[in-house]
Amino acid sequence: MKVELRHIHKHFGPVHANNDITLSIPAGTIQGLLGENGAGKSTLMKILSGFLRADSGEILLDDRRVIIRSPADAIRHGIGMLHQDPLDFPPLRVIDNFLLGQQAKGIFLQRNQALEAFQRLAQQYDFSLDPFAYVENLTVGERQQLEILRLLWSGVRVLILDEPTTGISAAQKQKLFATLRRLAEEGRTVIFVSHKLEEVEELCHRVAVLRAGRLVGEMHPPYDTRKLVEMMFGREIQAAPRASFAASIPVLRLQQMTLEDVRLRMTAVDLDVHAGETIGLAGMEGSGQDLFLRACAGLVRPVAGRVLVGEQDLTGKAYHAYKRAGVEFLPAARLEEGLVPGLTLSEHFLLVSERQGFFLQRAYAQRLAEEQIALYNIKGRPHSPVESLSGGNQQRALLALLRQPLSLLLLEHPTRGLDVESSIYIWSLLKERCRQGTAILFISSDLEEILQYSDRVLVFFSGKVSPPLEASALSVEELGGLIGGKGWEKFGVQRES
Amino acid sequence: MEDLTLLLGFAGIFAFSAPLIFAVVGETLIERAGIVNLAVNGTILLTAMAGFAVAARTGSLVLGFLVGALIGAAVAWLIAFSSITLKQSQVAIGFVLTLLTRDLAYFLGNPYMGLAGPRLPSWHFPLLKDVPFLGILFFQHDWMTYLSYLVIFLGWWWIFHTRPGLILQGIGERPAAAYARGTDVNRLRYLYSVVGGALIGLAGPIYSLSVKAGWKGTISGLDGLGWIALSITIFGGWNPLRAAFGVYLFGFLQWLGLVLQPRLPGIPSQVLQVAPFPLMILTLLLVNIGNAEWVERTLAALPDRWRHFLKRLLRALRANPPASLGVPFEPE
Repeated sequence: MKVELRHIHKHFGPVHANNDITLSIPAGTIQGLLGENGAGKSTLMKILSGFLRADSGEILLDDRRVIIRSPADAIRHGIGMLHQDPLDFPPLRVIDNFLLGQQAKGIFLQRNQALEAFQRLAQQYDFSLDPFAYVENLTVGERQQLEILRLLWSGVRVLILDEPTTGISAAQKQKLFATLRRLAEEGRTVIFVSHKLEEVEELCHRVAVLRAGRLVGEMHPPYDTRKLVEMMFGREIQAAPRASFAASIPVLRLQQMTLEDVRLRMTAVDLDVHAGETIGLAGMEGSGQDLFLRACAGLVRPVAGRVLVGEQDLTGKAYHAYKRAGVEFLPAARLEEGLVPGLTLSEHFLLVSERQGFFLQRAYAQRLAEEQIALYNIKGRPHSPVESLSGGNQQRALLALLRQPLSLLLLEHPTRGLDVESSIYIWSLLKERCRQGTAILFISSDLEEILQYSDRVLVFFSGKVSPPLEASALSVEELGGLIGGKGWEKFGVQRES
Repeated sequence: MEDLTLLLGFAGIFAFSAPLIFAVVGETLIERAGIVNLAVNGTILLTAMAGFAVAARTGSLVLGFLVGALIGAAVAWLIAFSSITLKQSQVAIGFVLTLLTRDLAYFLGNPYMGLAGPRLPSWHFPLLKDVPFLGILFFQHDWMTYLSYLVIFLGWWWIFHTRPGLILQGIGERPAAAYARGTDVNRLRYLYSVVGGALIGLAGPIYSLSVKAGWKGTISGLDGLGWIALSITIFGGWNPLRAAFGVYLFGFLQWLGLVLQPRLPGIPSQVLQVAPFPLMILTLLLVNIGNAEWVERTLAALPDRWRHFLKRLLRALRANPPASLGVPFEPE
């Protein structure tokens, strides 16, 4: 289906999120939509899929003007959106997620019929999903596949994908791309929203770039990467050179640590982490790296073995004991677990400040916040509520809130959802910590990020842990293989049943 | 003879539990949609009084039940309206309404205190009543008791085996996702509030026209049952079958108190009367304790075999509330 957007405007308060955007997408193409965080990509797509209404402008489908007031309208017109965080129902089974919301008559659940359709579609697109598994036990990649099947069953002709490659494995990404190419061949329109240049260049038939709410340009292959970067940011971007600050003082020692949760068991892990060192934890989502990181923070108690922070044995102690020993943990869900929505930046700095006492010292907090905002280059004011900041600035605020000095910093997806520029900045802040002697353990699904910034790498695969590998001796392909379970024989690790 | 009395007493649990079944299934439907109706206690009192008053005035039992259902629906609608449309706190409005309806019941019910009124006759199920043992247990009651069996089954079937039921689970779990699939979340929340409210509203007349016939004001002994209904909804893990089990368990504990009292003269009668309440608290505790961090921490220190056993046990007991329970939904 041909999709046309004409003169779309959208304001959020003083922010002009979409400023006169006109874009025409022919049927059967994969249209890339590039832009850094906050460029207005998501807003535009939410307008097309009925979540938001444009202030002005029109939408044409196959040259007919349509009015889309709600997602229900969008579905009726054959427009489906795959959200960055799949909008599904985790406690329900796959098949029920597949069924829920399908337009059909009657009150009876025709599970058998749905099951047939599900299996036919899954086979057609080569997805292997257990229809009776619970969605909460699936990886993000599998949940995406489920959403795609569901949207196809409901008859979408325009498929919008918002940052679909965040949090999925390399293999899943290749499968996703193959599927999208096929959908385009079948005459469907695919809109691929991303801030990752390589992906857009690899997949898309054409690219439109948004910056600060405006459509700044369009491009057809062959793509000129430098020009695309310039369109996205208005200038060129360069990553900092590799740097290592590893010393020989151990800050964290794991001895025969055994962990266990509902799904997996990790036996007898030994590891010494040194001051100033950066260790990347690689693995598909749910392979045990999150459990491992939480155990290092004292949030999960090992069922056997010992955990030593510095010289102290903290096995089985609570998170507070770890904190006192100089350990900090930054979770992936920034706003849910790390910041307090509703409080302002200066109130956050006040919460962690060393000046105790019963009364709030507003003037002091204001000064403190201003200092930190300048130091960490946060785009916000002391009185901005944290939820009003963009993802990158929330991450900067979290880093600014960390104590000095710190012996161990545990990070979950430190740059997830951030654009290149913000990621580079975040890492320059982190590496500054390393220089001061802090050791960093971080989880990332971005293999290049892991190789770029780590000294050593631990690979996780269904509860197994590799020995520490030198990052400089690893390639992306090798690491990708290990994540998928290939090449483990050389570590002499036996498969546990 | 002794056995027959015991059996009859046991059968009484099913009749006596009918009102709580209606209230619990009604509340389960409302909470599944993501709304908390805290006005159950007051609703039961007001509908018990009003149902009895109407039936006594008009001589019509049907009208009595109908008025109960209407009042229950109206109270629930008011909660839905103030939370969905007026964006007020469900907890606050529920509390205020439960107090208001309770006082209204006592105040407006004064003229009907101790009045003789109609009572739902018992009606024995043909054929089934003669089945040995089970006949006495289940099929020698009145119509509302039989309807309570049906309500349990229908509620369960609706939630877990129908298309609208699946959507109901969806709007309580993740309304944004249901909205993305074209569902009008708030309209459905209104709908389930009213239907569930009507079911809760039937609980009152079942007391005043059957189980504890008549209206005796503050000594009717109905105050507090609505709070029990709320806690059994949680115990039931928002599943009508499991909730029904909770209701019957509670009824059984109360009955046990009555039976044991003459046999255990050493224990003050108040202890046995009150015992079901702390026991319900203990069972509630078991349902949710598996979610606590300190429990996980303690379990991790146990030897393997114990840990596996306890973890499995807690997981089987565990019930998770609809994730968006009490959270208003706003399409962006």
